[in-house]
Amino acid sequence: MSRIPPPPGCNVELATRVLTAFLREEASKVGFQHAVLGLSGGIDSALVLELAVRAFGQDRVTAIAMPYRGSDPASLFLARQSAANAGAELIEVDISPMADAHLSAAGDLNDSEDAAVRLRKGNIMARTRMIVLYDYSARKRALVLGTSNKTELLLGYGTIFGDMASAINPIGDLYKSQVVALSRHLGVPQAIIDRPPTADLWQGQTDEQELGFSYDEVDSLLHLAIDRRYPEEKLIQAGFSPSFCQKVSALVQRNQYKRRPPLIAKLAHRTMNLDFRYARDWGC
Amino acid sequence: MDFLAALCQSNPTLGNLERNFESHHQWLDRALEAKADLVLFPELSLTGYMLKDLTQDVAMGLEDPRVQDLVARSSDCSLVFGMVEESRDHQFFNSMVFAEGGRILHVHRKVHLPDYGIFEEGRYFASGTSFEKISSRLGDLGLMICEDAWHPTSAWLHFLQGVQVLMVPSTSPARGVDTDAAELASQRMWRVLLSAHSIQHQCWSLYCNRVGFEDGAMYWGGSLVISPFGHPLAEAEGEVESLLLHRIESDPVRRARIFTPLLRDSHPDLVRRQLARILDDRDALQAQRNEENDREQIR
Repeated sequence: MSRIPPPPGCNVELATRVLTAFLREEASKVGFQHAVLGLSGGIDSALVLELAVRAFGQDRVTAIAMPYRGSDPASLFLARQSAANAGAELIEVDISPMADAHLSAAGDLNDSEDAAVRLRKGNIMARTRMIVLYDYSARKRALVLGTSNKTELLLGYGTIFGDMASAINPIGDLYKSQVVALSRHLGVPQAIIDRPPTADLWQGQTDEQELGFSYDEVDSLLHLAIDRRYPEEKLIQAGFSPSFCQKVSALVQRNQYKRRPPLIAKLAHRTMNLDFRYARDWGC
Repeated sequence: MDFLAALCQSNPTLGNLERNFESHHQWLDRALEAKADLVLFPELSLTGYMLKDLTQDVAMGLEDPRVQDLVARSSDCSLVFGMVEESRDHQFFNSMVFAEGGRILHVHRKVHLPDYGIFEEGRYFASGTSFEKISSRLGDLGLMICEDAWHPTSAWLHFLQGVQVLMVPSTSPARGVDTDAAELASQRMWRVLLSAHSIQHQCWSLYCNRVGFEDGAMYWGGSLVISPFGHPLAEAEGEVESLLLHRIESDPVRRARIFTPLLRDSHPDLVRRQLARILDDRDALQAQRNEENDREQIR
């Protein structure tokens, strides 16, 4: 796939203006002046942190690094670098005791080579981190910021009610390649930009190896298919293989459930999200 | 025609009538202090835009005392504001009220209701049915609400009636940062569109767009005054509330129409004849198709 079009560009100055205004306004509308986010040592959360300190001020943003005992030590190292760079408070919470309690209670999560076990363990860790963030949110009245990018959300490459949980997400409409461009612009440390993206589910894991394609390839495809509405034959003409198009399209479709609230069985004349329809910013 | 226009690039609160009425009075205070003759608000300025099922909850009749209190403020200026208007037969319109001398002079009900992308106006609103010239004490003005301006016929109908100032209240969401262009794709398109209207119809365009966020969508402001020659003469800063003041005069309209007498040279009669023929042909074709379908079903 060497001939494929480049991934989408990004007007970084404009995006910064829109996203910082978004954070400030959508938080203050619901009465929040402080924000909290999980800082993984990866580029997505590092970018959200940079945006958040610009929107709220350094002293109104808390980053929480939540390593598990099996996490790559480089992740915590980079999280510290990211927080120091942004000038925000960093809290470190070792989630090992909490996650281990879940893992041992489940009883059948010992085989770390089994893909299904790896996935379940990854989900438990992501949801443990979510609990830490939401408890902090309630304790300190700080709004939880999302750190999932558009590529991940479309591919369903995240844990529902785990890392996908947040109150507001400034980067959910930016593809990974746009996240990289904006991170460069906002001065995210180079070591974080250069690090291969990883969910850090096990040592040495990278997203691209697990997904089976590169972010640049899939960003280019998704941008043309979703944002520019290219039909499949046009995508193939543009240089994408039919099997890649079909694989990506199936992932987007299969993971739609993760992007929507739970379905409610309709009985009444007005049912939430079907015909009881109000904006979330109702009255504010 | 020589007056000071004030474009109120405001940030209405979604569904909060009380707060929005209050802010309208405050904006009016500011505009009147600046000695504005025309005070223009954005689309749905009294209610906010992403109303969904709130549409009916925030609807008001024109006789509503709160609306009348606002209208009463037009004794010292011409005032244009946006609301959900409920008619006596309980239809709901996306309307702009034009008030002058303490009474309502005209109501424009949005004709072209967008129902695509993030827009779902067709689900909630009934369409207006005409574009009427407003014979104001300030001159001959016309209203097009946001999507109305995307249909070339709207401005042309105003043009034929003698309108010299097009007022375009809007709620345009920001989209398109995926290129290196210096501005939002939506902002660039609006500037091109309105410049073209001003050039083609040799009139002023007053574009009043709101700011603020609703459910993650940002309205980008950038309210704009464009001369009858198509030049942007004043532009409000993007994304923040702002009062844009600009003087509007007849002289540029006159000069533009002398340079290029487009109104004199337009052929509305030709359009009427040809349009009638196009519509007749289309109706005939449709009738033929219906007949064929009927025959098919009988078989």
